[in-house]
Amino acid sequence: MMTLLRPLIIALGLMLIWQAIVWLTGAPRFILPGPLLVLETLVNQFPLLMKHAGVTLMEILLGLLLGTLLGLASALSLVTWGGLRRWLLPVLVVSQAIPVFALAPVLMLWLGYGMASKVAMATLIIYFPVTAACFDGLRQTPTGYLQLARTLGANRRAQLLQIRLPAALPAFGSGLRVAASVAPIGAVVGEWVGSSTGLGYLMLNANARMQVDLMFAALMVLAVMALGLYFFVNLIARRLTPWLSESTSSATRGDSL
Amino acid sequence: MDIRVEQASLHWQHHCVFSHLNLDLPDGQWTSILGQSGVGKSSLVQLLCGIADEADIQGQIHCSDGQPLAGRVAWMAQQDLLLPWLSLTDNVLLGARLQQRRTPSAQQQELAQYLLQQVGLGERASALPAQLSGGQRQRVALARTLFQDQPLVCMDEPFSALDAINRLKLQNLAAELLGDRTVLMITHDPLEALRLSDRVLVLQGSPAQLSDPITPAGTAPRPIDDTELLQQQAQLLGLLAEERA
Repeated sequence: MMTLLRPLIIALGLMLIWQAIVWLTGAPRFILPGPLLVLETLVNQFPLLMKHAGVTLMEILLGLLLGTLLGLASALSLVTWGGLRRWLLPVLVVSQAIPVFALAPVLMLWLGYGMASKVAMATLIIYFPVTAACFDGLRQTPTGYLQLARTLGANRRAQLLQIRLPAALPAFGSGLRVAASVAPIGAVVGEWVGSSTGLGYLMLNANARMQVDLMFAALMVLAVMALGLYFFVNLIARRLTPWLSESTSSATRGDSL
Repeated sequence: MDIRVEQASLHWQHHCVFSHLNLDLPDGQWTSILGQSGVGKSSLVQLLCGIADEADIQGQIHCSDGQPLAGRVAWMAQQDLLLPWLSLTDNVLLGARLQQRRTPSAQQQELAQYLLQQVGLGERASALPAQLSGGQRQRVALARTLFQDQPLVCMDEPFSALDAINRLKLQNLAAELLGDRTVLMITHDPLEALRLSDRVLVLQGSPAQLSDPITPAGTAPRPIDDTELLQQQAQLLGLLAEERA
């Protein structure tokens, strides 16, 4: 019961603080609208918000899917081919020195104003965390497991698929959680740089027109969407590793959120 | 099948741990090696199992049937090494699962189930390793070792992580189930070696050498209050302590 009530109480508390700030500072509604006004806008503009939210959600999900698949594939190749590892790993690390945000205008130029450039942004931003997490997970298989597999006559392929891959699933889960929390950033930044749909576009547009209440409403939708996505991915990650008990999972995976 | 290791040598950080070491593992007998940590016992087992990557160990292995030993050794370590994502049955079946890409045959499934019953865990076949105690987990590891059905079983301190009672129980179980096999066991515990083995060797010195075998009388598992056994234990402890001083 308390676990259900707690988020509600927290949300209510935050709204109260928000309202208190509005009262105390006497900020006009085009600077900081109160929570009630934002909620009212949320209800009134619901169809508009949902239309844009759908686009953003699609970009995030596609980016998440692509980034995860690419990251997983890269990690597997890095582990499988030592030569590739020596050449590609430094490149990967260097590539992280380039802020993805700086690439946004270029991606826009190359891929156009449509969805593709935003999906590319989201993919790029999660590619590295997923690759790093999977690669670490695949490398850190307990030696004993691998020695046992060898005495059992397992070839390299069987070792990879049946020992190293399952053993890396907890690390893969962590990578997936990080990806789920940063993918929305990629999509929204992409929309800010140039687009005609999506929550990022709506926010920028509303801001320019002093419709700060609409901007906050869009922000709320985005936050709810990101939270929902995180919990969904968290659920998947847990399903992937059913052998980890609740107590260890919350201690090692930071599930206390 | 008799197995003989000849001219084995182990180097550790440019220092010779042992060289020109010969070890006989007679067919159907249980041989134990006692010795302190760092004397190269585990490396010897790894040499036999073909998993000595980190150790600088060389040696020739001869089998009486003239075939190479590689791929014909079952290894049981101090840790149970059960895969946490597989059920007990699947852990016992691991060898079959790793070698063939198809699912294990009904016959293999049946054998796994039978072996789990033998180690007293037939009821828990579908449980995950995390749900078991340390002693139970090591029993599953024993079942997995038996499932492999190899001519040589190498055990590296298999019971040393267990509490005294569980250790005693598992020793009895192992003696019963591995009685007629060729076994090499590494241990720190003289009593364990004497209870279970046909031949007890001590590896010690610098460079280390194998002592002449001690052959305890009677059949394994020998009772822990056997006077002869206790005398031999005292003798072995004396031998090991002398080295340490």
